[in-house]
Amino acid sequence: MARPPVSEEELVARYGPHLNEVPAGGWNAGVEPDREVKTHCCFCGQQCGIILKVKDDEVIGFEPWYEFPFNEGKLCPKGVKRYLQNAHPDRLLEPLERDPSAPGGFRPVSWDHALDRTVAEIQRIQAAYGKDAFAMLSGVSLDNEKSYLIGKFARLALGTAHLDYNGRLCMVSAGVANKRALGIDRAANPWSDIPLADVVFVAGANIAECAPITTSWIWRARDNGAKLIVADPRVTPTARTADVFLGLRPGTDSALLGAILHVLIERDWLDHDFIRDHTTGFEAAAEAVADHTPRWAAEVTGVPAARIEEAAELWGTSATGMLLHARGIEHQSKGVENVWACINLGLATGKYGKPGCGVTTITGQGNGQGGREHGHKCDQLPGNRDITNPEHRAYIASVWGCEVDDIPGKGLTAEEIVEAIHRGEIKGLLSICFNPVVSLPDTTFTKEALDKLEHYAVIDFFLSETAFHADVVLPGSLHEEDEGTSTSVEGRVIKLNPSKTPPGQARLDWEILLDIARRLGKGHWFPYENAEEMFEELRIASKGGSADYAGITWDRIERELGVFWPCPSEDHPGTPRLFEGGRFYTEDGRGRFNPVRYRPPAEVVDDDYPVWLTTGRVVSQYLSGTQTRRIGPLVAQYPEPLCEIHPNLAATHGIETGDVVRVTSRRGSMTLPAKVVATIRPDTIFIPYHWAGRQAANQLTNRALDPLSKIPEYKVSAVRLERVGPAGSAVVDVRDTALVEREDAGGDAPRTPPSEPGEGGG
Amino acid sequence: MTAVPVSIGVKRSPATQPVAGSLGDSIFVIDQSRCIGCRACVQACEECGTHRGTTMIHLDEIDRAASTQTAPMVCMHCEDPTCAEVCPADAIKQNEDGVVQSSLKPRCIGCSNCVLACPFGVPKYISAYDQMMKCDMCYDRTSVGLKPMCASVCPSEALWFGSPDEFAATRTGTLVNEWQFGNQAVATKVRAVSHVAGPIDVLAAGSARAWHDDPFGLDEEGGHA
Repeated sequence: MARPPVSEEELVARYGPHLNEVPAGGWNAGVEPDREVKTHCCFCGQQCGIILKVKDDEVIGFEPWYEFPFNEGKLCPKGVKRYLQNAHPDRLLEPLERDPSAPGGFRPVSWDHALDRTVAEIQRIQAAYGKDAFAMLSGVSLDNEKSYLIGKFARLALGTAHLDYNGRLCMVSAGVANKRALGIDRAANPWSDIPLADVVFVAGANIAECAPITTSWIWRARDNGAKLIVADPRVTPTARTADVFLGLRPGTDSALLGAILHVLIERDWLDHDFIRDHTTGFEAAAEAVADHTPRWAAEVTGVPAARIEEAAELWGTSATGMLLHARGIEHQSKGVENVWACINLGLATGKYGKPGCGVTTITGQGNGQGGREHGHKCDQLPGNRDITNPEHRAYIASVWGCEVDDIPGKGLTAEEIVEAIHRGEIKGLLSICFNPVVSLPDTTFTKEALDKLEHYAVIDFFLSETAFHADVVLPGSLHEEDEGTSTSVEGRVIKLNPSKTPPGQARLDWEILLDIARRLGKGHWFPYENAEEMFEELRIASKGGSADYAGITWDRIERELGVFWPCPSEDHPGTPRLFEGGRFYTEDGRGRFNPVRYRPPAEVVDDDYPVWLTTGRVVSQYLSGTQTRRIGPLVAQYPEPLCEIHPNLAATHGIETGDVVRVTSRRGSMTLPAKVVATIRPDTIFIPYHWAGRQAANQLTNRALDPLSKIPEYKVSAVRLERVGPAGSAVVDVRDTALVEREDAGGDAPRTPPSEPGEGGG
Repeated sequence: MTAVPVSIGVKRSPATQPVAGSLGDSIFVIDQSRCIGCRACVQACEECGTHRGTTMIHLDEIDRAASTQTAPMVCMHCEDPTCAEVCPADAIKQNEDGVVQSSLKPRCIGCSNCVLACPFGVPKYISAYDQMMKCDMCYDRTSVGLKPMCASVCPSEALWFGSPDEFAATRTGTLVNEWQFGNQAVATKVRAVSHVAGPIDVLAAGSARAWHDDPFGLDEEGGHA
């Protein structure tokens, strides 16, 4: 019974988000710390070095860490204010149990009660419906040690195939594309390669707001004379200064990139030696774009043909170049194809494995890189091994000391797990570090699914909007409380050092998982005394895999300010730049071209829904906002979602900045203030996605998935735009009536078809 | 707050010459064109130990309806500070490094003459403290060899602190520190970066691109937005 116990208003009143505005003890408490802890920021894959100031077991402020080479002291506002998630009034301090009669809907219970009940429910559900009727969802704000532990915990303690993670919503399409084309899933370069590039091509990456520190690396390239190309439906702060701006229609990236490849071929801006000696599949890739002329692409993308040719010339004639891409091209039902289209541009011009040359995703989540390597995914075992590969299974069984058959097979991906819950096939769920009510597309559907669970247990430090649905809440640890490692956007394994101990009865996440395992009678698989012992096992488990950490130790990381994997032995220096000498990690050592022909997004505009919607981040918020919507100064910077609308589109509806508008898709509807700006395409609106409830952009987005990676198409939906009234208009929300109408129309039928069966995983 | 030498009288050694104080030859540079509007500087300034909870940086959107251009503003630390010249209480001092300080608390009468007179719009009267406070180039940090907080965190290095040699070796653009406001000529310790000859236009600085007039190609052949 996983319905929220009381109204959302009552839950929010008790559990927040409330705002922490000032440091522990107030602004005047002083900033003289007992000690300073060198660690890393928790808010995004850049993993900036930061020094946290600690006094009386509480984090009271920060100091720039100038020596850490990636950011040299630089921080975005999230990093500056992250310390305010500590000593927070919303922090969960004791285990809770759903109780509609209790104030706020939950009553405090003992750890024994909370854990025993959860374990009893796991056993009951699995006995009644089978092992796979209980699923686990996790996330990659967790460190490598916990990511590894959870992969093992789900398989050996829960015995379920259905473990997946929120990286599925992040850059998994890039992961699949990289692994298949290049044999390895990691950034091709350390960021110190960016200043060595003659051209920097940013495709679908709002770097200034989502990876702010990368801005300085790009400027270093430009100070050296590099040209900047940006492809984006918005003139972002990064795009504003670009030499070439390609303001494309959402969902048309593969047409644009295909046309660039077309021009490279037509003008013979190719590296024929590289193609011959180091790649396969060029002919098929060339054939696929034979008709993708700039003139044709201009029609599809809305980008003038001359600009496409200009971008192709810059990329094709520059001796060195870096192509950086992110969620803009990856959050699509053709995310893998879009990334392949980028990789094709790198392979065709030989821009791999040399200083200043590479094609690279900018990983978004805190440990988005490391968390996707060691068994966190439904189809994966440690070292980025394949859970369906008999050799890989045998090796991991030997490390874990279990029988090969003890390791379940491939499970469902994150969105598919929610769909299986909605269908009633999965009856129980344990989640950690994942807020799908805010972060998955089609919010209403996600909530309906959670409501159907027979048992839902959550490990978290704040009561997220998803945890509102929990039967049992287990108070876990904040980033500042755990010791471990993470792996940054560059593929650099770095050390996270603890600043404080968990408050109240809260416990470290890994201790909670070990306790559940013990109570399930599986404690013997998890004999760890501390997190370093998990890392030592991870080293062995990853050895020989494509993500090889065997030579990395906690000591080395501290001493060397990070170690780049692959690092197969302790005397190996690590591998900052991949593919040197044109050697790829595929079986034949060659990079694979993949043929990519443009195909339309899953949903296209029509007379009923004539406007494109695209979603994304703002610089002051992180992901579903569970942490950053609780930090006062960050909330003040951008308090609520705003709908960016071009003046031409606004004029057709009589909309001015500040007016309340209603945006409606086939999934749902929301009202929010308008922000009329000439920095977005006139056929497209933008809404940031960090907020919950009636402010959630994902009420509108589409559950269409990429067939290979199963990433949802957040970046492209069709919507209708209406003006409700001037600023402050009383809004009659149509959502409640829409829900009633839908129940009348037949209850549980999803409004978009379930995802196509495909190869899955990644 | 660290005790700093305070001079009586406003004019010290010209900032264009190396000074013998604790700043050494370090310079503070603003390149408005690189600003990404992230407000890390504003948030970090508030964390400074000498005015915790109050930020001294201004960060303005130039014209958000038209552009994402934003502009951070720290105190320019004039060689002849107008704020000090107009202060009836002689409360605003310049130290040996040419850094113009916040008002001296015992002297400041909160009249806001300085707020109105500053050609760069920098000083603020802070009612909670009942005095004028402004950016002092993080003198508590710079006097002990650390970078100012804003120039430490700035993700795009739009705010930058270092030696002139380092700037020349790693950055582009011409440094400007002489300004004309009507009949008033002002020389500043803080430099701005200009990418073109003539007056600095932050909307165009370093990035005047043909496409800016029509980012989405609405008027261009082949544009079908």
